[in-house]
Amino acid sequence: MEISIKQKEASTSAELKSKANKIRKDIVRMITEAKSGHPGGSLSAVDVVTALYFKVMRHNPKDPRWKDRDRFILSKGHAAPLLYAVLAESGYFEVKELLTLRKLGSRLQGHPDMKRLPGVEISTGSLGHGLSVGNGMAIAGKLNKKGYRVYVLLGDGECQEGQVWEAAMTASHYKLDNVTAILDYNGLQIDGPVKDVMNINPISNKWRAFGWYVIEINGHDFKEIFYSFERVKKLKGKPGIIIAHTTKGKGVSFMENVVDFHGKAPTKEQTVQALKELEENEE
Amino acid sequence: MRSKSKQISLQKIISTRDAFGEELVELGRKHKEVVVLDADLSKATKTCWFAKEFPDRFFDMGISEQDMLGTAAGLSLCDKIPIVSTFAIFATAKAFDQIRNTIAYPRLNVKIIATHGGITIGADGASHQPIEHITLMRVIPNMTIIVPADGIEAKTALKYAVEKVKGPVFIVVGRDPTPVIFSDDHQFDFRHGEVLKEGKDVAIIAAGIMVEKALRAGEKLGERGINACIVNMHTIKPIDKELIIKIVRKVGGIVTAEEHTIIGGLGSAVAEVISENSPVPLKRIGLRDRFGQSGSAEELLREYHLTEEDIVKAAEEVMRGKGSSL
Repeated sequence: MEISIKQKEASTSAELKSKANKIRKDIVRMITEAKSGHPGGSLSAVDVVTALYFKVMRHNPKDPRWKDRDRFILSKGHAAPLLYAVLAESGYFEVKELLTLRKLGSRLQGHPDMKRLPGVEISTGSLGHGLSVGNGMAIAGKLNKKGYRVYVLLGDGECQEGQVWEAAMTASHYKLDNVTAILDYNGLQIDGPVKDVMNINPISNKWRAFGWYVIEINGHDFKEIFYSFERVKKLKGKPGIIIAHTTKGKGVSFMENVVDFHGKAPTKEQTVQALKELEENEE
Repeated sequence: MRSKSKQISLQKIISTRDAFGEELVELGRKHKEVVVLDADLSKATKTCWFAKEFPDRFFDMGISEQDMLGTAAGLSLCDKIPIVSTFAIFATAKAFDQIRNTIAYPRLNVKIIATHGGITIGADGASHQPIEHITLMRVIPNMTIIVPADGIEAKTALKYAVEKVKGPVFIVVGRDPTPVIFSDDHQFDFRHGEVLKEGKDVAIIAAGIMVEKALRAGEKLGERGINACIVNMHTIKPIDKELIIKIVRKVGGIVTAEEHTIIGGLGSAVAEVISENSPVPLKRIGLRDRFGQSGSAEELLREYHLTEEDIVKAAEEVMRGKGSSL
């Protein structure tokens, strides 16, 4: 019995790994086509967000406004290419539309616009807003006696915004156990390493001190990702945060841990290499 | 153009924030999806009355305006009608980014009731006296801005915002009791400014507490043989352009009056309309690029030239301007 569960997990992980790889390729292609965008922080969070959309969350691409759906908020809105790729791969719209990213008239704005694109729960881009919005959705869920959960993806640099901590207080004050935050801790921000620009550590202790259940994981290990999402679902009376230790630019060797790829498109040649690496990764 | 000259009694007084607090409870009874958020000022904003009757639908967010506006955005996305209240200065200046990016840009159904909306809050001084709240909200696309002239209008405005507008609305109310201008059954159409008194010589376009002063100024001008048209421009955005143009063409000179900086508020909105369509002499009553300070409401209105005498003087200057341009 135990073996079969392990096998099931393994196969699911393998499927998700392949899906995540496809999403990484989408991200590289769309940012290349757009000639601008944020590859580093999109690639770092791919595995966590892929797990959410393809395993953890209840949602229906055919009915994006289904009232009982779990909600995902991309508080670090600059990782829009990741959200778009995941939505397209889920079936919210066609994958080929990804190549319209950042173009005039596109539904795929530089930062997510909920009025244009189905599946986007809230427009984001200005950092620090997402957790507050998630709390509001979670409070409404409790008032409306709905069982949905709200997932909010935060950036590590984003935790320098004061509003994040206001919202952290609110979630624990109002006992929002239906809120899960995920911190994409890739360690880099525009001006350099987070620890040099404005150190956020000890980050786990900060969240704990604000009344949150904290779990730290390797954000590229699907087993750890599944386990952490299952764990936070069981929380009663307090919100949970998954601190996902990740690699910025994950999956593309020359982007990994390189500050400059926070907000820079690869050249044509770099794209060829990136896609080649990702192809090889698949095999 | 709405054109009823009516007898207006200015005997009774009520503060627009009290009226707001009362109407909030009414709306709470009528619409179960109404929820209220406050930032540790519920006793001052009068949302405490709603909180008492509907404790499960009231959320004190503590002293954290940015989080409060963001939370309201989330509530509005899940079938709630959040009404957010705090002092005008904090709602607009502290949470501008949240209002702009997370409420107005996606056109979310959040109502912001900004209390203590002007220098007449008095003794607390400049840090608490908003002078720029309307300007800040006016520059944001998708925003509707209402500045009620009295308690009756405050109630009607809130009801209108909740029941008739799907999208963000910003309503300014004051702290001090002010004279009641309208009768209980008064009907507002917030798409249109309202002519309270017809006149042919000059028009005074006012909002908020300045409407009552404009009416009194109109009486004084009448005694001096000047027939002034008085307009209650309760909705600053979208502004009733059609009415302004019609009036301008009829009277040929305008005075605006607001308890707010003249930069970007009602005076600016009116100036923009007339200068693009039908330029005429214009005087704006309002704060002239100055911060407020401590003092009584009356002292401050005098110090910053926001009295009925100031309106009378401005109207006379406009009349002279009209003469010279003829």
